[in-house]
Amino acid sequence: MRCLRMLVRILVLLYLAGAPALAQTLCQPNASNGYRVRISIKTALGNQAYEWNENEMFLFRATMAFAMRRYYKTETYNVDNIIVCNQTRRVSFWFVVISPENPTMLIPKADVEKAVSMSRHRINNAFLLTDRTLEFLGIYPTLAEPVNPDTPPWLIVFGVVIGAVFAGIIALLVSSLLQKRRKEKGMMEDGQDEEDRQMKGVENGINLDGIYNRGFTDDDRFTKL
Amino acid sequence: MPEEGMEDNKEGEERPKWNNKAEYLLTCIGFAVGLGNVWRFPYLCQIYGGGAFLIPYLIALVFQGLPLLYLELAIGQRLRMGSIGVWNSISPYLGGVGVASMLVSFCVSLFYNTIVAWVLWYLFNSFQEPLPWSQCPLNHNNTGYVEECVESTPVNYFWYRQTLNITPNMETSGSLQWWMVVSLATAWSIVYICFVRGIETIGKAVYVTATFPYLVLTIFLVRALTLPGAYEGLIYLFTPDWEILKNPQVWLDAATQIFFSLSVAFGGLISFSSYNSQKNNCEKDAVLVGVINSATSIYASIPIFAILGFKAHTNYVTCLNGNILALTNEFDISDMNITVENYEQWFDSLNGTHPSRVSDLKLKTCDLQTFLDQSASGTGLAFIVFTEAVISMPGSQVWAVLFFIMLFSLGLSSMFGNLEGILTPLHDLKLVPKWMPNELFTAIICLLLFLMALIFCLGSGNYWLEIFNSYVGSVPFLIIAFFEIIAVAYIYGIGRFSDDLEFMTGHRPNIFWKVCWLVISPLMLFVVLVAYVAVQAQTPPTYAAWNPDYVNFPNTEVLPYPDWVFAICVLLSSVPVISIPLVAIYRLICCMSGRHSKDSLHNNPNPYANEDYVVELLL
Repeated sequence: MRCLRMLVRILVLLYLAGAPALAQTLCQPNASNGYRVRISIKTALGNQAYEWNENEMFLFRATMAFAMRRYYKTETYNVDNIIVCNQTRRVSFWFVVISPENPTMLIPKADVEKAVSMSRHRINNAFLLTDRTLEFLGIYPTLAEPVNPDTPPWLIVFGVVIGAVFAGIIALLVSSLLQKRRKEKGMMEDGQDEEDRQMKGVENGINLDGIYNRGFTDDDRFTKL
Repeated sequence: MPEEGMEDNKEGEERPKWNNKAEYLLTCIGFAVGLGNVWRFPYLCQIYGGGAFLIPYLIALVFQGLPLLYLELAIGQRLRMGSIGVWNSISPYLGGVGVASMLVSFCVSLFYNTIVAWVLWYLFNSFQEPLPWSQCPLNHNNTGYVEECVESTPVNYFWYRQTLNITPNMETSGSLQWWMVVSLATAWSIVYICFVRGIETIGKAVYVTATFPYLVLTIFLVRALTLPGAYEGLIYLFTPDWEILKNPQVWLDAATQIFFSLSVAFGGLISFSSYNSQKNNCEKDAVLVGVINSATSIYASIPIFAILGFKAHTNYVTCLNGNILALTNEFDISDMNITVENYEQWFDSLNGTHPSRVSDLKLKTCDLQTFLDQSASGTGLAFIVFTEAVISMPGSQVWAVLFFIMLFSLGLSSMFGNLEGILTPLHDLKLVPKWMPNELFTAIICLLLFLMALIFCLGSGNYWLEIFNSYVGSVPFLIIAFFEIIAVAYIYGIGRFSDDLEFMTGHRPNIFWKVCWLVISPLMLFVVLVAYVAVQAQTPPTYAAWNPDYVNFPNTEVLPYPDWVFAICVLLSSVPVISIPLVAIYRLICCMSGRHSKDSLHNNPNPYANEDYVVELLL
């Protein structure tokens, strides 16, 4: 009996010791179901860049587990299901996702891609990075929807400008029309005085009004004999 | 001696007057200072050896520009009429010069206001975040960016596709682009509102349009000098290359630049000075306007080139960063270990250890000089190069708005002179019916010009504008100016002209002006005209077309003009100037047939017949 129990314990210990080793073999560079991640913290954050260490790696695995949970709508995924390997000082590494039910089975590439795309925004924000600085090589970021306002902004500016210009034109035309009318009224009143003066002028015999026409010489009045 | 009676017009109607001298000067300066000062002079300065270009430029100003300017202002002020009336008065046989001026002003107004409409379009679009020319739009199914934009640049795409919607060649006319029609209508409405009451409203408008560009240029100067790469741009601009002075092309371009920059031979300056009182020192005015025009050109090139230097620097850094990223990713080097400063050392060490891997990366060669050499002039400078620079500046919307308002003011104040060169001669020819108020006549002319300018709103409009710009806006002016100076110096007579100048300014013109009018300026104009025509004849008539299907896209495709288009080009150059000999021949025929009828009059001399009196006054 005791021998049987010890055998079982040894087998369990071996299994537990071997499982991570088995898992490690699942994660290889250029694995068929794995993705390479490239992170550029200094490019994104400059002076406020944090250092990449084990804690950050833990956060990454936790975020990936979160993404898988969200995609499959289950609560079975854990940090242990995300295996990471080949970390370089770039910082870049490979990761694979193993199924929580069967530790030897890898989640297919397509499903991992869909999970990552769905939660990309959350993953980026967890690390204060962007699509460009947290790269999943092979997963293209979905392009941002352009903001399409109902009325193009340039039409609004154009409307304001053309409205002001037309208002100005109408104002100027109306004011010059009023000015002309006022002048005509003034001239009509002056015209009355001119007629009176002309009557008097003829009596005096000298023409005081009009433009002096130098084309006429005065010797016309006195004929030469 | 000129009679006192020349003060009043023959009808006794009062000629409009400037409110004060400042308005007159600002209008003339605004007319002379135009878009060319900002986008043509800096380009010429750059390609012709920087500081060395100033020498032929200033020589051309002193010996060709100022005498022509003084001449136009003086005859306008003395004879108090627009261009047609003035040349009719000087010699009836040379009345064609005035007609040619008016026709050329008409053609130039057509395309110049279209450029102002483009500036307005960009101005309206600058009130957006982000600027529409800073990123490519998505294609139909949102899978990627529009291919044409990706292959060229967002700035090019916005200009060629979203603004012009340009066709691949001139034969395809395309359709009317409604947004362009809208902008053109706005431009003509603004021109009309400034012209509603003639020089009364123009005089008010120029307080803003003539002074605002200087304010904006100063703001840009201060901003530009604080940007990285500005000093490289300025050094590149102003480093003199004295060898270039041996190239005759430089002297030709300097003479043509000063000539077109001063806006002589349009008839606009004659019209503006005709509203002056006769006792005005037009010599000082001419020198002032000419000097300010050239000073503005030089002043404008400083912020322009500082900003172009900044743009070259930005492009250089972007190019280097692309290479750095490639190297970092390939060799898994820690992020930001390779920087712009130590790139060379890293590159050399990596190339030494792993040359095959480095060459596989196909890194671009980044050379600051190449980026500085990418210069442009004309619409290319304003709508492509400068807009690209503005995106990289913090607060891009503000700089874009300021820049386009400045271009708008420059274009608008030049439009005043262009339109004045059409309206005043028509008024003086009494072609306006008595019942029609001036406002209505101006509105009809503006509407007519707007409708004719709709050809520039077609898909192929930009190609037509280039044709108008090269063929109407060049040789006809040289011919008109040549005849102007010959007419005044030899037909009117330099003695009579000096008398008039003494009457107006109080002193006779000194020997410098006389020598220029008699010998130097006509000679220079003739040489420039012949050389210009010779150079044009040697260059094959081609144009650069934007064709997305072209093999070497995004480079423009160089296509020859179709035959019918080339015929139109020749017509555009010759029809305005053909009026000069036509009117001379017409007057000759009239005079010869008129002499027969005049003989009958002489048989019964009537000393009180007014015709004799009128004849004595004119000749």
